[in-house]
Amino acid sequence: MASTALRPCGDFRTTYKTDQYLFQTKMIGWTAAAALLVLILAPVLASSYVVNLLILVGISGISALGLNVLVGMTGQISLGHAAFYGFGAFSSAYLANNYGVPVLIAIPVAGVMTAIVGMIFGLPAARIKGLYLAIATLASQFILVDFFARATWFTNGYGVDASKPEFFGIPLDTDEKYFYVVLAWAVISMIAVANLKRSRDGRALVAVRDHYLSAEIMGINLTKYRILAFGISSFFAGVAGALYAHYIEFVSVETFSISLSINFLAMIIIGGLGSVPGAFLGAMFIELLPQLVQLISGFLITIAPTVFGLIENGKAYIEQITVGTVIILFLIFEPEGIAHRVGQTRKSIKLYPFSY
Amino acid sequence: MLLQVDNISLSFGGIKALQNVSFSVDEAELFSIIGPNGAGKTSMLNCISGRYTPDEGSIKFAGEELLGRKTSERPEIGIGRTFQNLALFDHMTVLDNIMVGRHHLLKNNFLTGMAYWFGAQKEELEHRRHVEDIIDFLEIQHIRNAQAGTLSYGLRKRVELARAIALGPKLVLLDEPMAGMNMEEKEDMARFVVDLNQELGMTVIMIEHDMGVVMDISDRVMVLDFGAKVCDGLPDEVMANDHVQKAYLGAEFDDDIEADTQKEVA
Repeated sequence: MASTALRPCGDFRTTYKTDQYLFQTKMIGWTAAAALLVLILAPVLASSYVVNLLILVGISGISALGLNVLVGMTGQISLGHAAFYGFGAFSSAYLANNYGVPVLIAIPVAGVMTAIVGMIFGLPAARIKGLYLAIATLASQFILVDFFARATWFTNGYGVDASKPEFFGIPLDTDEKYFYVVLAWAVISMIAVANLKRSRDGRALVAVRDHYLSAEIMGINLTKYRILAFGISSFFAGVAGALYAHYIEFVSVETFSISLSINFLAMIIIGGLGSVPGAFLGAMFIELLPQLVQLISGFLITIAPTVFGLIENGKAYIEQITVGTVIILFLIFEPEGIAHRVGQTRKSIKLYPFSY
Repeated sequence: MLLQVDNISLSFGGIKALQNVSFSVDEAELFSIIGPNGAGKTSMLNCISGRYTPDEGSIKFAGEELLGRKTSERPEIGIGRTFQNLALFDHMTVLDNIMVGRHHLLKNNFLTGMAYWFGAQKEELEHRRHVEDIIDFLEIQHIRNAQAGTLSYGLRKRVELARAIALGPKLVLLDEPMAGMNMEEKEDMARFVVDLNQELGMTVIMIEHDMGVVMDISDRVMVLDFGAKVCDGLPDEVMANDHVQKAYLGAEFDDDIEADTQKEVA
């Protein structure tokens, strides 16, 4: 079978335990370890601009990962993810400002609070699914954003300050230090969701997506798992939102619009539905593409001002059009996402020069 | 008496899918339901497995009333089933599909699942062992890691049977396990059904159209026609029944039937 054919020669699984490992082969395990090492060293090696981008990718990735549990694994499209992200941001800031909760504790607590709110807004999932559910989640987007604008005790009506965290007396006040908070959460989230996928409840979620009628006959309580998916998804959205709040140090009501929700959806569709690394790859794509396009257009104008100088005025538009076009082309040529493309590339390297 | 079905009626609007059907199935019996298309065979299974709620009647499993219990409680009660149209989780591997069958026996939840090494691992691996026994039993070792949606029809049916066995049921309902199979696949499947019944000691209720198989392996057969029960009994008795011959088995065109058809034409 395809999955076993890619195992290196002589790599025989002799126990069920080894067959359930998170990393399929040693090579993948070592690659992950190397990537982690590079990321740990990143603040030392890379410029603060790169660290800033990595933090943003990490935060969006955690949020996208949550959405991937809901959309990719359970098959419930949500258009309200940004609202939960925002709820996490405000909750964490509220806890830290009003009750003096240490920020590093406020972040997971905000995640749990968001999970509860997410499950409440996920209740319609007990009765409706598919596109109808997507519209119902749209309601959560508008209701929560409206709530942010009106609940002055919670958000001042426009936004609140959020402080940087401290770690046993060490203030994590620079990007370089804050980076490790985000990295830790990103790693924990990835491991948690990857573990979820190979245990009982993760399988139940996928079963609900693939064939809910037979899932029910197999003893899976559909309502429970549909709402649980909202809970898990909102937890990660809440944590990501809280991380964002304490990074930017000011949470504004306007940030959490529907376009951000759609951005999160785009991340998981481009990254790969249901894939754990896919969520982060998609986040990277969506966060970095505009930066890359800006870099290229700026570069073109400097090297050939006579040719490209003309686009100076419309630069912003051209950049947006380019980003849109790249996304469309990407979806045409790799509809299953970056994670799938990575797998294909791995296969073709492994099997080279024979394609079978 | 493992399953006691009393006076079940089910209707969809004006269509009476089942009318006062009663039958009972003994422990460790291999019981078949036959009848022409639209006779209500699958509706009957759906009533037992909880997808439909009958308008009237009662279904008792091991003395306990089934109606009013949730569909998702059926595996705990001890009832598993397969579907007529394939109902596998297409994007999961065969192994995961069968592991879903262990759902009600596993205790780990999403929290212990996320903390895999500190919670779920031991239990998962124990059940994996059990699932491997089922894989051996049904001879599907070679497709263990394949995606269920990519398999051939016959293999998918077999995986579905594996999933139903993984529930560890006392009673397993098989909805046309051999439909659309070639001779060889049918023979394999018939062997598995008999083994299931005799080696694993499960009670089986099977819907099947292949009369050869049904009459060979069933302990008892029930015939449905237009939602009503025609008769039940030993395979030979059922074969000999006049009404069954007419309704389903396509008896030789004797005068009786010819007269009937002429009446209808006129």
